[in-house]
This record gives sequence, structure tokens and C-alpha cells, in this order.
Amino acid sequence: MKFGIIVFPGSNCDHDAYHVISKQVGQPVDFIWHRDTDLKSFDALIIPGGFSYGDYLRAGALARFSPVMDSVKKFAATGGFVLGICNGFQILCEAGLLPGALIRNRDLNFICEHLCVRVETSDTPYTNEMTPGSVLRIPIAHAEGNYVCDDTTLAELQREDRIVFRYCEPGGAVTEAANPNGSRDNIAGICNHSRNVLGLMPHPERACEDLLGSSDGRDIFRSLAATLAAVA
Amino acid sequence: MKAKVFVSLKPGVLDPQGKAIQHSVELLGFSGIADVRQGKYFEIALQESADQDQARESVTRIAREVLSNPIIEDYLVEIES
Repeated sequence: MKFGIIVFPGSNCDHDAYHVISKQVGQPVDFIWHRDTDLKSFDALIIPGGFSYGDYLRAGALARFSPVMDSVKKFAATGGFVLGICNGFQILCEAGLLPGALIRNRDLNFICEHLCVRVETSDTPYTNEMTPGSVLRIPIAHAEGNYVCDDTTLAELQREDRIVFRYCEPGGAVTEAANPNGSRDNIAGICNHSRNVLGLMPHPERACEDLLGSSDGRDIFRSLAATLAAVA
Repeated sequence: MKAKVFVSLKPGVLDPQGKAIQHSVELLGFSGIADVRQGKYFEIALQESADQDQARESVTRIAREVLSNPIIEDYLVEIES
């Protein structure tokens, strides 16, 4: 089982993700420069947070054209696991691997704080070790995390159980007050139709050790590792 | 030859930046402003020899596939010879 972390110019959570996979999950992991196109040796890819291409034009818009992205699309199309965190989620949306878009936060602020998300489904490779309804305390750090999509897409996401995380109160209630950025339906993370591609705005890689205030994010990586172990 | 591309948020997509700008404009003393929407404007210089129809086709594709995100934005292309 080998994890790959894609590094664009401007990625800045790549080392956090590397640390979590190597130290907390205890699996082999390597960085992949955005000009590399050979993904054959990898079983799962992480597109980390940061500001790829300085967020020029739109967050994630220019990373979509990096050479590695054609390979990522093929990797995902053949069932490979792709996890996009924060800017990674924005890139996956811009690349068309996930539906919808992430626009400027409702109140314009860059928000950097720990908050709560509810696990909405255990039917993904990233949440199969969790119980639906459980609450994770994970930080967000973004200015463009306001998830938007049209009515048809939202209905499809709901019908296919593809809303994986929703912003919620500490007790688990999904309320407007718990919605930090104005995201439609309190969406914090979604998966694709085949459920192998997940994007989320919160940073689970920053919540994997008690020393950092929360270790709730670890379950996402552990679920993925368990999935990979079962496939192998 | 020059191409101008205007990218604007689709109607209905929340524009908090436009709202903040509207608020500042009102603080400055201007009244009667119903709404402000913020967009993007691009100038693309084309080689003088370029064919105008072809240029429009190319720039439209650039506007659709790069400059705008069709989920949230509309675009308008103008070609100036």
C-alpha cells in the first residue's frame, strides 16, 4: 500500500499529510511533483491543501492544467482513491472530478478555527471505520469554502448518499449557525458517484494528534488504509 | 487585434464581495444603489494576422474552459480589430 501526495507550486499542507501517513497511519508515502505523470506505483493519492498557483484566477483553476492531472483523472476513472483536502477539494471540483464549486465565504472572512462536522455516511472508503452521525472536531482554514451547486446536483448528491460530511453543532445538529461559510446544505465534503474520490474543506491531517487539539481526523486516514488493506 | 472577455457570477450566485463594495459605496454617501456585482475582465492580444471568426472561436473556448467556471460564472467575448 503506497500513498502519493501531489505537490503543486503553492501547496502547503503536503508535509502535514506526509507526516500523518508515515507516522500516524504508518504506511509508505511519497511526494509527487505536479509535472510527474507516472502514478503506477501508488494506491491512493492525496491532493493537499494550500494555495496552488497562488489561487490565481480561481482557487484550484490553474492546478487543473498541471500535467499530473490527466493521470489523476485516469487514476480515478479506474477506481483509484483520490482524497482532496481544502485546496485539493477546490482542484477536484475545477477538474470536474467532483460536482459543484467553492466560492468566497458568505461573510468574506478567511476562517481558521476548529469546528465540528458530522459523518453522514459510512459507505465510503474514507469513512467505513466510522458511525454515521458521529461528530468529528477538525479545523478549517479557507476563504473560498462556500460550496455551491445547482438544484439537480444537490438532489443527486442527497439521493446517492454522497454528502459525506456536514458542518454541525458539537452535539451533531446540522444548523445554519453551525455553517461557517454559507455552504449549500451545510456541505463540508462530498464524494463522486463511484465513491472513490472524496473532497472536503476541513483539514483532517491537522487533527491527527491530541497534542494538536484533536485526533478526530485520523479515522479518515485509517478508514482509507483499512480499505486499501482489504483490497490488497 | 484584441479580445476582451468579461466574466461575471451567474444571477443567483451569492457575491459577498459585491455586497461589501456596495456597503462601502453607500458609506461614501452614494444612495440609490440597488446592487453591485463583482466580475473579472481579461484583455487578450492576438496577432494582427489572425482571422476574426477564428479568433472569436478560440477566445470563446478559452473563456469557457479556462477563464470562467461554467457552474458559477457567465462570460462575454468581444473582438476588437
